[in-house]
Amino acid sequence: MTENTRVRPSRVRYSAVFLGLAAALAVLIVWNINSGSVHIPVREIARILFTGAGDDTQVGIVWKLRMPRILAAAVLGGGLALSGFLMQTFFGNPIAGPFVLGISSGSKLCVALVMIVALRYFSYVSSWAMVLAAFAGALIAMGFVLLAARAIRQMSMLLVAGIMISYICSAVTEFLITFAKDSDIVNLHSWSQGSFSGTKWSHVGVFSVIVLACLLLVFLMSKPIGAYQMGEGYAQSMGVNVKRFRVTLIFLSSLLAGCVTAFAGPISFVGIAVPHLIRLLLKTEKPILVIPASFLGGAVFCLFCDYIARTLFAPADMPISTVTALFGAPVVIVMMIRRHRARL
Amino acid sequence: MSEYYFRTSDLAVGYNGKPLIRDIEIRLRAGEILTLIGPNGSGKSTILKSITKHLSAIRGDSFIADASVNAMSYKALSKKLAVVLTERLRGELLTCWDVVATGRYPYTNALGLLDAEDREKVFAAMERVHAADLADKDFSAISDGQRQRILLARAICQEPEIIVLDEPTSFLDIRHKLELLSILRSMAKEKGITVILSLHEIDLAQKLSDKIMCVSGETVSHFGTPDEIFREEIIHDLYGLEKGSFNLTFGSVELPAPAGEPRVFVISGCGSGVRVFRRLQKEGTPFYAGILYENDVDLQVAAPLAARVITETPFMPIRDETYDAALALMKQCDAVIRTRFPIGESNRRLADLIREAEAMGLLREEDAAPRNDE
Repeated sequence: MTENTRVRPSRVRYSAVFLGLAAALAVLIVWNINSGSVHIPVREIARILFTGAGDDTQVGIVWKLRMPRILAAAVLGGGLALSGFLMQTFFGNPIAGPFVLGISSGSKLCVALVMIVALRYFSYVSSWAMVLAAFAGALIAMGFVLLAARAIRQMSMLLVAGIMISYICSAVTEFLITFAKDSDIVNLHSWSQGSFSGTKWSHVGVFSVIVLACLLLVFLMSKPIGAYQMGEGYAQSMGVNVKRFRVTLIFLSSLLAGCVTAFAGPISFVGIAVPHLIRLLLKTEKPILVIPASFLGGAVFCLFCDYIARTLFAPADMPISTVTALFGAPVVIVMMIRRHRARL
Repeated sequence: MSEYYFRTSDLAVGYNGKPLIRDIEIRLRAGEILTLIGPNGSGKSTILKSITKHLSAIRGDSFIADASVNAMSYKALSKKLAVVLTERLRGELLTCWDVVATGRYPYTNALGLLDAEDREKVFAAMERVHAADLADKDFSAISDGQRQRILLARAICQEPEIIVLDEPTSFLDIRHKLELLSILRSMAKEKGITVILSLHEIDLAQKLSDKIMCVSGETVSHFGTPDEIFREEIIHDLYGLEKGSFNLTFGSVELPAPAGEPRVFVISGCGSGVRVFRRLQKEGTPFYAGILYENDVDLQVAAPLAARVITETPFMPIRDETYDAALALMKQCDAVIRTRFPIGESNRRLADLIREAEAMGLLREEDAAPRNDE
């Protein structure tokens, strides 16, 4: 039967993509631990990682600086790609993502606000409060985008609305930062540009719980997501409660985008470029494959970009968005041109 | 359980809480085909969308085997009712197989993976619509006719008891139209699947349906069997047609008759005149036709196109008054066209009429072969 010949080539492709991503992830993790302004031999690193023993400074660098940062890049990068995928599904638009729609900037504004206020009065902000603020900011920005989308049913206008929201939020954030205490400005400034530096283990715990829980939920939703990709009417005819589903999508994508922004600031292009590259590699849109692959892809992409961000002009750190934009933006441009051609 | 498998009661449909069409009362037995006909924008799609719960009813309810559609969950509904929508299917990178397989959605596990039985049903549904060879093709790269068949296969493998199709024949060529509708017909009759659809082609509606519903304006103007609905005044009212332009016997339509004082008389019979009538209509030449027996095929075309037709009761010799009426009209004309048709015992007076025309020097012979002069 055609069945047998039909399934196998794609199965080989899927396995190859997943194996490739896993291998890239492993290589990049090792590579990232191994590089930095202080050189530590690989054997030393292995000893530090697996026995915990070694030179105190080196142990400190590996455990306190490099490992949390690597985990942040991997988990938050994956979360960002996932958030992008969800927004693309929601709007039925491959160019939607947390950054271009202004969701990241909304989060950024709220987090900056909470940080400045909290640091002034309590001199401490809990990670959960930051996530909450970021989530609230993401939802508010998403609310504006949805209002705009309802008023003008045109995809390009949706993006314009998102970019405008993004500019407004960034402007207000900069304004707030100008009024912040001098000592906070340095931190706030580098965070508001987007960076994985300064990640602490306490952060790692919080964002891992949130992002991995979201990943699990999204994966369990791959069936209705697949139905929804075909269009609302079709999804409903297959038995999906579209209203409830849409609300869930908004919440999950905003939570993911907010969580990433709370810890790493706004990061551009990962949300658009990674799911697109993954679809190209897999040659399918099936959520059950695209969801885990996008997560892995986001992790790989951000680890790679973070490696460049912190080593290119070491010891200085570049904002991560500088690097993600450099690699992500061309992907988006090529994608738009290809889609335009396909439609002609 | 009531004797009707599907019914609506006091259903009012519309958008934003405003009823567009009221008092919709549908009664269908299992395995019946209902076709909604009516002009563009009359609300056929709105009714269909309300039946499928894509739009919530403003008032009233629909019942599938006595179960309220309003109260039913989307999931429960999806096991009873499948749809073929006009909405473009948006997915990308999907093969036709993938699209059909989405019909199994209500039956698959939490992650939507197909088991062997599901695969078999997907394959069977594709064979049912003669599309098994399309399985590996990209859904966005196939023709409209193929796409419509794939969407029907998708609906079939959802194993519904009722299928709702919104204008499934738009964009299809005549062969694919017939193919699609005969699949629907056989599904309804063999499997007892109830079918509700909207069609623009009223001739096909007449031939396909067990029940017809005419939708126009605020209420449903008529609901009944094709025999009850296909009456001149109903159809002409529904679409606002000129009198006589819709042929009830064949469900075909003719362009309006040329206006003006006829100068041409056509003597024909046994279908030989159809081509002449059509040509005169296209040239814009008004004409008389006669003497045609009331059961002659020529009359079906002459009636809407000729300024006047002289007719005679079938199987009777031509009476004097009929002959005289034809002769009187013929004398007003500048030309008489005769076609080749058998003249026998009962219609032999047509030979007299032809001879009369010849004597007046008006007679022109219509060739059997297509002409390209004039």
